[in-house]
Amino acid sequence: MKTKRTDTKIGWKSVLLMATVLMAAACTKKDTLGPDAGKTGAFSIEFDNIAGEETLGFHPREYTNAKGEKFSIKLLQYFISNIKLYKADGSEYTVPQEDSYFLVNGGDRSTRFTKVVAPEGDYTKVSFIVGVDAERSKMPVEQRKGVLSFNPDEGHEGGGMYWGWNSGYIFFKFEGYCGLISDDQQGDPTGNKQFKYHIGGFGGYSAPTINNVKTVTVDLTQAGTAQVREGLRSNVHLFVDIMQVLNGPHTFSIPEHPNVMFSEYSVNIANNFPSMFTHDHTENFVRSEDEL
Amino acid sequence: MNFKMKKLLVLAILVGLVFACKKGNDVLPDIFAGFTRPANFPEPEYDFSRNPVTEAGFELGKRLFYEPRLSRNNTIACGSCHIQSASFTHHGHDVSHGIDDRLGTHNPMPIVNMAWQGEFFWDGGVFDLDLSPVNAITSPVEMDETVPNVIRKLREHPDYPVLFKKAFGTEEITDARMFMALSQFMLMAVSADSKYDKVMRNEDGASFTEAEQKGYMFFKEHCATCHSEPLFTDRSYRNNGIGPNRVNDIGRDSVTLNPQDRYKFKVPSLRNWQYTAPYMHDGRFLTLNRVLEHYRNGMVDSETLDPVFRQPDGTIGIPMTDEEKEHLTAFLQTLNDREFVTNPLFAEPEINGGMLVN
Repeated sequence: MKTKRTDTKIGWKSVLLMATVLMAAACTKKDTLGPDAGKTGAFSIEFDNIAGEETLGFHPREYTNAKGEKFSIKLLQYFISNIKLYKADGSEYTVPQEDSYFLVNGGDRSTRFTKVVAPEGDYTKVSFIVGVDAERSKMPVEQRKGVLSFNPDEGHEGGGMYWGWNSGYIFFKFEGYCGLISDDQQGDPTGNKQFKYHIGGFGGYSAPTINNVKTVTVDLTQAGTAQVREGLRSNVHLFVDIMQVLNGPHTFSIPEHPNVMFSEYSVNIANNFPSMFTHDHTENFVRSEDEL
Repeated sequence: MNFKMKKLLVLAILVGLVFACKKGNDVLPDIFAGFTRPANFPEPEYDFSRNPVTEAGFELGKRLFYEPRLSRNNTIACGSCHIQSASFTHHGHDVSHGIDDRLGTHNPMPIVNMAWQGEFFWDGGVFDLDLSPVNAITSPVEMDETVPNVIRKLREHPDYPVLFKKAFGTEEITDARMFMALSQFMLMAVSADSKYDKVMRNEDGASFTEAEQKGYMFFKEHCATCHSEPLFTDRSYRNNGIGPNRVNDIGRDSVTLNPQDRYKFKVPSLRNWQYTAPYMHDGRFLTLNRVLEHYRNGMVDSETLDPVFRQPDGTIGIPMTDEEKEHLTAFLQTLNDREFVTNPLFAEPEINGGMLVN
C-alpha cells in the first residue's frame, strides 16, 4: 500500500513535470514561430538550373530539345532583380531596390542564391524580374553597383552582360553548340556550330522599342510557404529549366534561329522565361547554408 | 581706407598668395578655366551637378583619353581615332581603324560640344556620355578589351592611383570614376570660337563678308532645319538620301527596331567640317564639294527619305545655283574653329619626355 501510494505520488509528479515541460515547450514554440513584423530574417531564392528532367551540365554533355535537335551548353548567365514577397493577406514586401540585383551563373553554384533580408512573416508568393528594370537601366554610372558595375571581381565581368553600342544590360545569356547549325552567315560562319541567345531590351531610352523585362511570380502554397524568422534563413528552392527557353510555350528550332540578340525575335524567347521557373520546395528555419 | 576694407584687402592678398602657390604646382596653370557655356550656346544637356569638371579630373580624363591601355594589347587609345587636329575625328579614314588594323563600319564622330548631346554615335544607341567609352573599349574592331580588364591595368599602374586620388579624393579606381574622368575631358572639348561665333557674339568687330552673309541666308532657308544653330545639328536622326552602303547599315533602326528609322543616322554638326573629312556615317564623301553635289542632284529616294528633301515639283534634294553653292561654301568656312583644333589644353600629354600614343 505504502509502496503503491509512493508509486502513485511519483506518477503524479511525473505527469505534472511532463505537463509543465510540454506547456513550456508549447509556449517557447509559439514565441519562436509567431512572426514579428518588427524583426527581420534572412531570405533567399535558390535558382537551381536544370535541363528538362536532368541536372545541368556543360559541353560536351548533350541534351535534346522538343524539336529533336541535339545541343550542348557552353554558357548560362542571367540577372535576377526586384524581389518581392507576398503574404496570404495580400500585403507585400519589396526588397530595397539597390540590394536586389543578382547575377546567376550556371557554371558557378555559389551564385545560385539571391540573399536578401525581409521582415518576419509567412510568405505565400514571391516575384522577381528576369533581367534589369528600365529605371535602373537608365541610371547614371555611379548608381550601377555590385553585379551591375564594370568593376573587376564584383561586376558582370567575363559574362559581358552589357551592350556597349546600345546601352543596356543583357538580361539572359545562353550559348552552346548544335551540330545542325550551318557554316554560313545565317548560322555560325566560324564553323564552330555555336548558338548565341543574348536577350535584353528594357523598352528604349528616348524612342520606344522591345521590352523584354519579365516579372515572374511563383506561388509557394503548394510546395511550402517561406517562413522568415530572425536569426534563421528561409530558402525558396526553384528549379530553372533551361529546356523551357527552347521548348515553350514558343517552341523553336536552334538551327533556324542560331543567333538571337537585340531583335524582334528575342521577344518570343523572353516570353518563354516565366515557364522556366517552378517551385520545388522551401527550407525554413535554416541555420547555416551548409544545410541547403 | 577703413578697418573693414583693410581686413578685406589682407584677406584678398592671402587668398591671392594661396592661389599663386597652388598655380605654381599645377601642370596647366594658365589655360584650364573650367567648363563655361559660350554666350551663344544653350544650356548643356549633361548633368554637371553629378560630375563637376575639376582641373584634376580633367587632367586624369586627358591621361585616360590618350592611354593605350584601354585596348586589349595596349596599342589603341581614344586619341588614336579621335585626333585633336582633326577636331577629334580620324582624319583620312572613311571608317575607324582600330586594333590589329581591323576596320569598323562607321566614320568616327567628332568629340566636340559633347555637353550639348544627349545621345551618342551615329545611331544614338548610347544615351549617357559616361557610358560612351564602353562602346569603343569593348568593340572588337576598336579596342577589343573589357572594362574590368582596363580597371585592373589602371590599378596596377604606378601613376593612376595617385591621379585618381587627386581627382576624386581617394586612390580607389572604379568604373564610375574612370568614366566620369573621361567625360570631364570630353565635356571640356567645347568648340565655339569660329568666325561664325565671333560674328554672333559681336566679338573683335567680326562680321561676315557679302558672300558669307548671302551664304548664311541660303543656309538658314535650306539647311538649318536639320543643321540648326548654334550647334549646327538638331540632334535628330534622318535619312539624307545617300542610299544603303555595301554592309547595309540600317542606322537608327538597329537601336529602335522601328522600320520607320531604317537608314536614319544622327545629323552631324557642321562645325569644323574642314578638319573632319571624310563625311557621312561611312565616310564615303571626301570633300565638301561632293557633299553639296549630293544634296543638289545625287539623292537616292527611299521610303524613309526625310520629307524635308521632297520638293513641290516632285524632285528630291536641295536646288542650288552655282552662285548659291559658292556663297554657301563661303559661309560654311566660317564654322571652322582653328583655336579649338590647336588648343594646347587638349593636346596629348608628354609622359617622361615621350608621347603615350605613337
